[in-house]
Amino acid sequence: MSHLLEVKNLDVKFDTDEGRITAVENISLSVDQGEVLGIVGESGSGKSVTAKSIMKLNPGNTSYNEDAEIILDNENILQFTSKQDLKKIRGGKVSMIFQEPMASFAPAIKIGAQMVEQLVIHKNINKDEAKSISINMLKRVGIADAEKRFNQYAFELSGGMRQRAMIAMALSTMPKLLLADEPTTALDVTIQAQVINLIKDIIKEYQMGVIFITHDLGVIAQVADHVAVMYLGSVVEKGPVNEILKNPKHPYTKGLLQALPDINNLDAPLSPIPGNIPSPLDRPTGCVFRTRCPHHNPEGKDGKIEMKLIEVEPGHWVDQCGIQCGQNG
Amino acid sequence: MGDNLISVNNVSVNFDYQENFISKKQKIHAVNNINIKIKKGSFFGLVGESGSGKTTLGRAILGANKISSGNVIFHDDERDYDLTNMNKQDLKEYRKKAQLIFQDPYAALSPRMTVRDIIAEPLEVMKITNSRQETDERVRDIAAKCRLNIEHLRRFPHAFSGGQRQRISIARALVSNPKFIVADESVAALDVSIQADILNLLKQLQSELNLTYLFISHDLSVVAHVCDVVAVMYLGHIVEMGPSRELFKNPKHSYTKALLSSIPSIDPEKRSEAIELKGEIPSALNPPPGCVFRTRCPNPGIDCKGGEITMGLTEVEPGHWVDQCCVL
Repeated sequence: MSHLLEVKNLDVKFDTDEGRITAVENISLSVDQGEVLGIVGESGSGKSVTAKSIMKLNPGNTSYNEDAEIILDNENILQFTSKQDLKKIRGGKVSMIFQEPMASFAPAIKIGAQMVEQLVIHKNINKDEAKSISINMLKRVGIADAEKRFNQYAFELSGGMRQRAMIAMALSTMPKLLLADEPTTALDVTIQAQVINLIKDIIKEYQMGVIFITHDLGVIAQVADHVAVMYLGSVVEKGPVNEILKNPKHPYTKGLLQALPDINNLDAPLSPIPGNIPSPLDRPTGCVFRTRCPHHNPEGKDGKIEMKLIEVEPGHWVDQCGIQCGQNG
Repeated sequence: MGDNLISVNNVSVNFDYQENFISKKQKIHAVNNINIKIKKGSFFGLVGESGSGKTTLGRAILGANKISSGNVIFHDDERDYDLTNMNKQDLKEYRKKAQLIFQDPYAALSPRMTVRDIIAEPLEVMKITNSRQETDERVRDIAAKCRLNIEHLRRFPHAFSGGQRQRISIARALVSNPKFIVADESVAALDVSIQADILNLLKQLQSELNLTYLFISHDLSVVAHVCDVVAVMYLGHIVEMGPSRELFKNPKHSYTKALLSSIPSIDPEKRSEAIELKGEIPSALNPPPGCVFRTRCPNPGIDCKGGEITMGLTEVEPGHWVDQCCVL
């Protein structure tokens, strides 16, 4: 069966005044219908750049490699150049929700008007139909007084409600793929729990594929079916969520888990990953994690081992340098 | 009083609020009738959602917010400072002894000053040192304690990562040799691996420099890891308070229970056991009478639903205090 979305060998580079930056290198991912792929990693690991590539939303100084493919519904998005084609993707087949909904809604336009506008563009319907779809969607995401909220501005809503409205807007065009970029990071835990449950219900109901980006491994454990762990633009480990969190192989994944305060195990010391993420301008050759790896083997340390994912268990892929290091520690 | 550093007695903080110039003046009850004692050398945690009044209380204890009623006493070695009744000279002295670490290390540091100048500024402003040489010495000393490279002192903040910047903020807060630190969401903006590093640093500095912390955070797992005593706030009230392990193992208040169950578990097999709270935190302009949590409480009693039970803490175990509405 073919996947809903397949990303193959994607490199993303940015041309800047200081030189060419590799933001993402050789990434391959796939998402099926009704499945949630979680992407975790620290700031600067390339999570958001990967997601934005799927909508070709990266800025003008971006270049993609020629043999890369992003296939959605049997079409290669990277080949799209005309506005017409891109419009089908952006907000049509693919929708995105962001971390800070205040920044994503236009502040001076009513929420309802923004929802109607995109529906009219994508669905070829008139304004009245669009309005009733929007109000139903607002009700579906648990907003009380949907008719009243429809005529309000983003600043009149609380943080949790704004995020619900954002989700309603993203879903109203019935996209096949939803990109959620840190959608719960700015929310309080009780509201986060509400929003996570809402997203899970909706995925089940509409059978869409989801890419869920977060730095919070707890959130990943709650929503994702598969996980890809990213570090400095590369996927260092990927597989089913249970495997990755309970049986991590790569020293970076292990490090992330050890740095996380666990409320059920208060005696465990918090161990930070030593050092800092290197600047993408001097990205290490070979294994990208080698400058911070606590268990590096001599060859990995010299950068002689190339990055390559190897399948260690069915569906569980680990970078080859990380497999050796992981065995040492 | 011997082992307490801070006593907060019946403190309330209200703000005046006027929606526009013709509407009626209203009062926002940000912090209501708070009583806490912070022991010397303790790591006191304050948790709650946004809008619960954590930051306002922290600022009130530092003397940065006006206290509407009640008082805050800082017990120094030689004398007590009463924050509600302090002259300028006392306030200056108090500022040296109580300092604040902010949440966002990107906003807290001036981009036009070198790291050395940023750390030295409190010394100069408070006229603690007498010569440039002495200032430099103290800056270098505290920078080393905060694991900053001495060569980095000549650089500007933009050259540093989030974790390094937070270490600069910590050095700046500690350079005047304070006894009491309010850390307001100081690790919230950091990645997990850096967060662990900063938490370890705060712990280490605490024992090296005999510090007492008020640690404000919305992240319960972090608070559970570092704090000795924890107070849970909701809509301006403390609803539960006690030794951290006891409180997290044996929470009594429905709000604490709901908060704990909302933390996403790292175990994918333990999905969705969260006690889901309906709705959102009410406005502090007109908080519900009686128990403030009753509008969202998953299992309210008949009396508290009507708002007939007033707020007040009861001791259920030695040192473990719970709002009486949830005990009955």
